[in-house]
Amino acid sequence: MSTLTPTQGPAGPAGPPPVLVAGAERARRSIVAKPTPADVGFVAAVRGAAISTLVVMVLIAFFLALGAWPAFESQGWRFLTTQEWLPEAGTFGIASLLWGTVLIALIALAVAVPIGFGAALFISEYAPPWLRRPMVTLVDLMAAVPAIIYALWGFFFLQGQLLQVAQWISVHLGPFLPFLRVTTPDSLSGYTSSAFIAGVATGAVVLPTVTSIMREVFAQAPQGEREGAIALGATRWGMIRAVVLPFGRSGIVGGVILGLGRALGETIIVYTIIAPTFTLTTRPLESGSNTIAAHIAAKYSESNGVGLAGLLGAGLVLFVFTLFINTLAGVVVRRSRSGAATEI
Amino acid sequence: MTRLDRKEGPVAPTPAAGPTARPAHRADATPAALVAEQVSAWFGDHQVLEDVDLTMAAGRVTALIGPSGCGKSTFLRILNRMHELVPGASLAGRVLLEGQDVYDPALRPLESRRRIGMVFQKANPFPTMSIYDNVLAGLALTGRDARGAALGRRRRRTDEDDALVERSLRSAGLWDEVRGRLGTPGASLSGGQQQRLCIARSLAVRPDVLLMDEPCSALDPTSTRRVEETIREIAAEVTVVIVTHNMQQAQRVSDHCAFFLAAEGRPGHIVEQGPTADVFGRPQDPRTDDYVNGRFG
Repeated sequence: MSTLTPTQGPAGPAGPPPVLVAGAERARRSIVAKPTPADVGFVAAVRGAAISTLVVMVLIAFFLALGAWPAFESQGWRFLTTQEWLPEAGTFGIASLLWGTVLIALIALAVAVPIGFGAALFISEYAPPWLRRPMVTLVDLMAAVPAIIYALWGFFFLQGQLLQVAQWISVHLGPFLPFLRVTTPDSLSGYTSSAFIAGVATGAVVLPTVTSIMREVFAQAPQGEREGAIALGATRWGMIRAVVLPFGRSGIVGGVILGLGRALGETIIVYTIIAPTFTLTTRPLESGSNTIAAHIAAKYSESNGVGLAGLLGAGLVLFVFTLFINTLAGVVVRRSRSGAATEI
Repeated sequence: MTRLDRKEGPVAPTPAAGPTARPAHRADATPAALVAEQVSAWFGDHQVLEDVDLTMAAGRVTALIGPSGCGKSTFLRILNRMHELVPGASLAGRVLLEGQDVYDPALRPLESRRRIGMVFQKANPFPTMSIYDNVLAGLALTGRDARGAALGRRRRRTDEDDALVERSLRSAGLWDEVRGRLGTPGASLSGGQQQRLCIARSLAVRPDVLLMDEPCSALDPTSTRRVEETIREIAAEVTVVIVTHNMQQAQRVSDHCAFFLAAEGRPGHIVEQGPTADVFGRPQDPRTDDYVNGRFG
């Protein structure tokens, strides 16, 4: 402790006692570590990989815009409002496709969101520990099943089961809700290949996405707050309402929006199940509808010229639409205190 | 009760705070004696507590002291059935609240928790709820709100609510600091204020007993002093059991003190208990003497 002689200022060991002169410039040291060549190389490699994903996205948008230009040029804004697809006759547009895309996605969400919400709540809050891990794995596996499998299941199994359901809904609710009516309510075949059936099958694909996002945010609800609620004498449902749901609210919203993004782009299921039509269907239970993705899949091999440009244009619209929806989901989830650590 | 008679200290509920001595607003709550009989506890196969007998007298402050890992927090969590929330936790013995076993199979766990409140080491107000709603949260959560208040649902505040919020915040020593901003979120308060908000939240449901698990360990000295004053003030209305690592704090706030120790291969057990002045001033066991005088732990 004898070294504690009175010194002035932050001067180093050598030199006279520093005199603070206004404006005097102290020589500053570099405190940036010099990277090794290995560091430089590695950083360059990973930076390149990161940039390439961005480049691919930009190239896709550029390619679509370039290819779609002739279609936009010939149709103008009518491309978004026309319900026909007759490129040979020079009139085509995606109005009915856009509507069908949104309609089927909404039906998918109507199925997937309640089930996904309940499943997420069960897995994170109610399932005994020995069941929780297998359930999480199962949901992840469900997400890994290729969409074509859901398509086959939807076409060969689900459709048969849902026809009666659709008929029941139409007959019993149709009198009050006109959009649930169909033109031939007595014949089951009038209910096949409908937006309803395609939507329910798409819901099965969206379900694991919705479930796992919601489960992840529910599971992050702080233990301290959970115990605080329980120690106050809350029931488990009371605790969930006071702690888990407020904490997970943006995760719920984000999960729904992300599910919407997936549903909008779903191709093969809709393509397999739907009977393509080109009118704006306002009757989801009735046979016939179409989506942008299914339309592109159905038409691209037989299109050329301005028709092909039209397909690329439809693809560009879908690309921008889903990009917007997914970005929105990411922003909603990440801006919340619950979602800061959640991957989307 | 013969087994309990071996222990020193008050056994029956002390009449120190009779019903007439209590403020009118707590007429439906009575500080109740809490008696642990032969309590042992396990996590899986690992025994953490062995044959703990302790009487926590009504209307008094009982401090649980001892080094880390001696099982005192586990013991505290056993008292209001929080122990069982840990997977693999098990228990032997009884905990009697006014003679009734809180682990009675006929009782729902939340019945016990409603009468035995708890304040945690880390303040845990509901961060998005307003200060006002935080205080009332217990009523909504326990469904005791006769008007069917639902959490998160806006409803008219009644004069009754206002009075309860003010009383609870006053009891917790927070009213003067927050009276002008009851609508701001609980998370906007300082750490010490949040802890007192948690105390107010616990008091609002009118418990008979309040358990406190190192309530000041994350607080600065000023906030600690405020919380300690609060503990002394509420002790007349509610039986307090406090876990603390701070010897001075135990001396300042408690009437009764129990020294826990897990050592020499033995699970946590009570080495010595009695009036705080005796445990600190004339410890009978040399290990207690060492611990309260800072020679280990």
